[in-house]
Amino acid sequence: MNILVCVKRVPQTGGRIVLTADGQAIDTKFLGHTISPHEECGVEEAVQIVEKEGGSSAVLTLGPAEAEEQLRDAMAIGIDRAILLETTGGEWDPVSTAGAIAETVEAQEAAHGHFDLLFFGNEAADTGDYQIGVRVAVALGRPVINGIKDIWFTDDRHAVLARREAPGGGWETYELPLPVVLGVKEGLNLPRYPSVPGRLRAKKKEVERVALGSSPSGALGLGAGEDSAGLGGAVPGPTKLLLRLPQEERSAAEVIGRGAEAAPAVVDMLERIGVLAR
Amino acid sequence: MSGPVLAFIEHAGGEPDRLSLEALAFARSLVTKLGAALEAVVLGSGVEGVAGQLGAHGVGAAHVATDARLDDFAPAAWGAAIRTIVAARAPAAVVVAGSERGNEVLAHVAARLGLPMAANVIEVTPGNSWRLVRQRWAGSLLEDAALDAPIRLLSVAPHAVAAAPTAATSVPTISTFAPELEPADLVARVVRREPKASAGVSLADAKVVVGGGRGVGSAAGFANLEALAKELGGAVGGSRVVTSLGWRPHSDQIGQTGLRIAPDLYIACGISGAIQHIVGCKAAKRILAINTDPDSPIMAVADYAVIGDLGAVVPAITAEIERRRAPA
Ligand SMILES: Cc1cc2nc3c(=O)[nH]c(=O)nc-3n(C[C@H](O)[C@H](O)[C@H](O)COP(=O)(O)OP(=O)(O)OC[C@H]3O[C@@H](n4cnc5c(N)ncnc54)[C@H](O)[C@@H]3O)c2cc1C
Ligand SMILES: Nc1ncnc2c1ncn2[C@@H]1O[C@H](COP(=O)(O)O)[C@@H](O)[C@H]1O
Repeated sequence: MNILVCVKRVPQTGGRIVLTADGQAIDTKFLGHTISPHEECGVEEAVQIVEKEGGSSAVLTLGPAEAEEQLRDAMAIGIDRAILLETTGGEWDPVSTAGAIAETVEAQEAAHGHFDLLFFGNEAADTGDYQIGVRVAVALGRPVINGIKDIWFTDDRHAVLARREAPGGGWETYELPLPVVLGVKEGLNLPRYPSVPGRLRAKKKEVERVALGSSPSGALGLGAGEDSAGLGGAVPGPTKLLLRLPQEERSAAEVIGRGAEAAPAVVDMLERIGVLAR
Repeated sequence: MSGPVLAFIEHAGGEPDRLSLEALAFARSLVTKLGAALEAVVLGSGVEGVAGQLGAHGVGAAHVATDARLDDFAPAAWGAAIRTIVAARAPAAVVVAGSERGNEVLAHVAARLGLPMAANVIEVTPGNSWRLVRQRWAGSLLEDAALDAPIRLLSVAPHAVAAAPTAATSVPTISTFAPELEPADLVARVVRREPKASAGVSLADAKVVVGGGRGVGSAAGFANLEALAKELGGAVGGSRVVTSLGWRPHSDQIGQTGLRIAPDLYIACGISGAIQHIVGCKAAKRILAINTDPDSPIMAVADYAVIGDLGAVVPAITAEIERRRAPA
């Protein structure tokens, strides 16, 4: 199986989001970065499948030069090679991102042979646009299904079986002929931590770089730019104007007590709010 | 004159889905701003009953594809059916629920039409260029955005608006249509279903949830939380740290990449309150935090707090409940 995993570099936000003064991004001065959790599972799954079935795995990201860090993380747990679509300036809109990824997949396949599986996260952790994987699949004319938490193959290895949770509970299974695009979700597997030798090996592996520059839709420019190559005439967007924090209605907690001695006061509260009544 | 707003309605068991009704309420405020008509698309065989109910939610015309190939989920085919109506009606906007399926189907529509799509929108202002507010980070962050397209494709964030029937109930005009499906549209479709394993209270439905984080210390440490949950007729959940460490299965994870819960009471034990966790539990009516650190971020969202070691506090609460329940 030859597999490509598309990952995105996102800030590792914690207790409270702080925005940059211009409201265009999360202030990451004091933050690390990570791969979105769904995609981490995509990376792990690709490594496991290649370990079992043979073939090779690649990881791709569209992002700033620093996103090389996330590509190395993926290679540290066993991905064979990496492609960085290097951008400058701000964020790319989902239409332009998908266009660039689809073009790259075609170029990669012309050079290295086709991918049986393309893995995407169900949604990116930061923007949550819920569309890049589907757009790439449609551009390439491949079947695609999202929400996947279980992957296995038919005996002849011509098709993949993929399972997702049904809306009301339970599971639904899809059977798709290869090549296929899957949007995966956390819970698919338990991603391993990179080992020290893995990290050392990853350092030596090559990252193929493609310079993309700034977004074809422009940072604040509306409508398609001149060189919206790869978009196939699609209208880019939406265009981010400003980020802001939602207003929270809750106020600080009432401290009921300290340590085990607080138990009677807690149970008084449970009785008061009616969760103890049976 | 603006084209209609087309709302896509998911349904189950002959009833429109709750999130789709929320999307309809959202679409209703949009048609008021536009001075446009509100129309709906409903897919699957025998769904006229679903369509008929939409009059109470302001729908004037419902387009129904009674095609058995659309009965079960097939995102490309559902998208193709929506495109059939988009081609016929030239809507100003297509509005769907920001559900897993809604977002997935709209992505297919967007990709095939070569149009942008905005997911999890909470506000929209039509104009020369449409302005919208949408959720990022599962709602921890908001984005003001511009959308410039001949047809605006929007999914509505769950619970951004309430699903409320209109004052004036009307009977929608129901017309059936034959969706234009290509064989490729039907490749991704459900081939097998497994029902829900019904064992006890599920985390999603529990009235009380006892959540554990890194502060629980180990997989074994969850025994205390299980005992308290049992006493309260509730379920146990956890943070991403405890599922990543393998202390709990991923199905127990609450948060952005896990479950979103809305119990009457959420007891957060040894959980710091990272935004990605909070988006999964902030719909709880009340939150009790048990934490050694009085300054941990969970204190800003909790209603009640006990400062202390959960290893002592949790069993003490369980014991106190048992003591009060014991016949005198
Ligand atoms: C893209 C992305 C998505 C994510 N999605 C999710 C998600 O869906 N769900 C989720 O939960 N997280 C998610 N996370 C992770 C999240 O950012 C936090 O890392 C995680 O929620 C922290 O878990 P925690 O509170 O258990 O651990 P910590 O942050 O380590 O907090 C432990 C807490 O326990 C307290 N404590 C320690 N010992 C005790 C004791 N003996 N008694 C009482 N209190 C004690 C400490 O004071 C501290 O407050 C995501 C992260 C990213 C980047
Ligand atoms: N900049 C990017 N580079 C590589 N892959 C991406 C990028 N943005 C999104 N993706 C992939 O597309 C998936 C869905 O993203 P989205 O449609 O933005 O929610 C993500 O989980 C990633 O797998």
